[in-house]
Amino acid sequence: MAEFKKADSMLEWFDQRLGVVNFAKVMMTEYWIPKNINFLWAMGVLLTVLFTFLLVSGIFLLMYYKPDAAMAFDSVNYTIMQEVAYGWLFRHIHAVGASVVFLVIYIHMFTGIYYGSYKKGREMIWISGMLLFVLFSAEGFSGYMLPWGQMSYWAAYVITEIFGGIPVIGDELVVWIRGNFYVADSTLTRFFMLHVLLIPLAILGAIVFHFYSLRFPHVNNEDGEFFDFDEEAEKYLAGNKKESKVVPFWPVFLSKDFFVLGFFMLFFFYLVFFHYSFAMDPINFDKADGLKTPAHIYPEWYFLWSYEVLRGWFFEIAGISGKDLGLMAFGFANIIFVLLPWLDRSPMVKPANQRPYFKYWFWLMMADLMVLTEFGKLPPTGPNAWVGFWASLVFLVLFIALPFITKAEAKKVEGK
Amino acid sequence: MKEFKILAVIMALVGITYYGIEPYAHSVMHPEVAPADFSFKDLKNVDTKLAGNVENGKVLVEANCIACHAIEKAGHPAVMPNADAAASYGVVPPDLSQAGRIYDKNYLANFIFDPVSAMHLQHKYSPESGKAFPMPSYNWMTPQEIMDVVAYLQSIAPKVAEGKDAHKATFEAACGRCHSMKYAGIEAATPVDTIKTYMGATPPDLSQYIKSRGEHYLHSFINDPQLLLKGTSMPRVGLSEKAQEEVIAYMEEIGDSKKAERESLGVWVLLYTFIFAILAYLWKRKIWSEVH
Ligand code: HEC
Ligand code: HEC
Ligand code: HEM
Repeated sequence: MAEFKKADSMLEWFDQRLGVVNFAKVMMTEYWIPKNINFLWAMGVLLTVLFTFLLVSGIFLLMYYKPDAAMAFDSVNYTIMQEVAYGWLFRHIHAVGASVVFLVIYIHMFTGIYYGSYKKGREMIWISGMLLFVLFSAEGFSGYMLPWGQMSYWAAYVITEIFGGIPVIGDELVVWIRGNFYVADSTLTRFFMLHVLLIPLAILGAIVFHFYSLRFPHVNNEDGEFFDFDEEAEKYLAGNKKESKVVPFWPVFLSKDFFVLGFFMLFFFYLVFFHYSFAMDPINFDKADGLKTPAHIYPEWYFLWSYEVLRGWFFEIAGISGKDLGLMAFGFANIIFVLLPWLDRSPMVKPANQRPYFKYWFWLMMADLMVLTEFGKLPPTGPNAWVGFWASLVFLVLFIALPFITKAEAKKVEGK
Repeated sequence: MKEFKILAVIMALVGITYYGIEPYAHSVMHPEVAPADFSFKDLKNVDTKLAGNVENGKVLVEANCIACHAIEKAGHPAVMPNADAAASYGVVPPDLSQAGRIYDKNYLANFIFDPVSAMHLQHKYSPESGKAFPMPSYNWMTPQEIMDVVAYLQSIAPKVAEGKDAHKATFEAACGRCHSMKYAGIEAATPVDTIKTYMGATPPDLSQYIKSRGEHYLHSFINDPQLLLKGTSMPRVGLSEKAQEEVIAYMEEIGDSKKAERESLGVWVLLYTFIFAILAYLWKRKIWSEVH
């Protein structure tokens, strides 16, 4: 063991034992971020903050929540919302946070697609991000069941039922997931476990991995420019801060993030206190009743697009039932984003609007996702069903065509 | 400038999506219904312009009504315990102490004349159904006599009802024979099995209905349930606008008891966050002035 001299300061004492000075450099003051970025690059920090909000408010809720089909509803709506001091505040932050986190995830994700931040060395960032998306979806879905309201129950019923469409093992799988033949107390207790233990643990791990995966390829920038980070960092450290193309994570990058965070929090707290029903569906204030199907069943807004991809297929084609077609399309929609780095065959890393073909693809995809989201909520009757079908088809075609579109783009750009 | 453009694009995309899945989708799933009518214009059997005679009304009420109804306010207790009353009539007849205040005058007069049509329950008590409404129609009374009864009920009713306790009394008089309100410790006067048999559906516990249905829906629904739940057995109860507001206020006092706290705290939190945002902006400007 190395010789220890007596420390002169507290900092030194910790530095001797934990190497905090070096650690702070590596993680903060000499972790380099491109200077040429806009507020969209603050979304990652917003997500970290929102996740912290969810974690802390969730821990408070856990102190009074009762995971029992007979008690869950009242423990939330009476004990937490009305008896416990500021229990309502924690619930509102948790419920609104869970919804808004998806808004920010989508912005974060589409920013990555727009700027091409998923390729040329950034594939692992993308994959770990999509892993977070899947984990957050599972967390959102399991959490929505806990208040045991009508929509908790019926959304859980409909979504677990989807697994019944898987060939051969489908029926047993549904029973295995529910722990019963229908959605019951056993379903509630296992989703409770997933929601408060297993998935949050996995999310924490995935966040660490996501951050780590950013380390070597570095964050992208507004122009998709590649440059030598070490060279730019040297310039910065030598005092040429204005010429250098990079800034340190702390304090420069974070000072901008805090500013974005401040205004974002204004929006967030406005929703928490005054406009929360988009995140806490009124129907869910009716207690779960397995004998009374609500007139309209729909999942939370962030699942609507994929739900509509599933629902869009409502008639038989070539001997395959609509239900099976929908299931296949749904499976496709849920894995296709992960494969993006390999579907995009153009080596260009540029904002979409500077790419001759990709820009059409990008905005068409955004429009299609918005149509799917909208019609995923409306009752699937009459013309709505057909809009759903076409939007769902367009979604599939867009992704199947992407490799060809980007290949052609690569050729065109090369030819110039 | 460029960042404002990006922000504008995001706000437009989010705004359009939000409009589609919230206000627009709601308007499709819950179409607007006819506005609430608190004068119950469809009821025209009794001429309500006649001035009632309180003395005569008292005689008529004592002869006709207290065999079934309690009127604690006038010293007439319930004839039998709730369970027995429920067993005899299917539902416990409500105490009439407040009737002259909470029911609209036109509704009350016409209800006494013919309860089933006033309650909009003709579909349930149709001749084919063989069912008979437990309270008799007093269509043999003259309009004058009916207005005497109404005048008497109005004379004994309290004139004002303010505050939570008064709201509770209104709720119990108007809805309490069928509905419970667990979060306020109120249990329906009629036992749950009996009321289910009588109504053909279990009246839900109303503790959270201010949240699940919202004020807008309740405003129309209580005034005329048939508009929103066609064929339902829940009767039109005929509350005056004022009494209905008291009932809804009570549902909110119980179902959303932290509303005032939420709204006042909200303002402070927003103010604090705004200060944080301004400070963060000034700090950012200082830091970035060195690198730009
Ligand atoms: C045979 C028993 C009986 C008699 C007699 C009777 N009632 Fe009723 N009354 C009932 C029952 C039972 C109900 C509750 C019915 C229901 O809610 O379905 C009721 C309900 C009412 C209501 C509530 C109406 C509403 O909209 O909620 C009023 C007011 C009323 N009665 C007034 C009277 C008056 C005034 C008389 C005398 C003229 C009278 N009743 C005589 C049994 C009776
Ligand atoms: C005579 C019994 C009776 C009375 C009195 C009564 N209700 Fe109801 N109510 C019912 C029944 C039965 C249902 C269930 C209806 C159904 O499912 O069709 C119901 C349903 C409701 C609902 C749920 C509607 C929905 O959208 O599902 C509300 C809200 C409601 N009542 C409010 C009230 C209020 C407020 C009062 C007093 C002003 C009241 N009720 C008086 C019997 C009654
Ligand atoms: C709670 C969930 C998440 C957290 C906490 C998080 C956090 C972060 C942070 C702090 C950054 C760096 C700063 C930035 O560029 O914004 C980042 C970058 C990135 N994230 Fe995430 N993220 C999450 C989810 C996702 C998801 C769902 C995706 C989509 C697949 C994703 C894809 C990316 C990409 C591609 C980058 C690099 C951006 C670039 O280089 O320009 N992340 N993330």
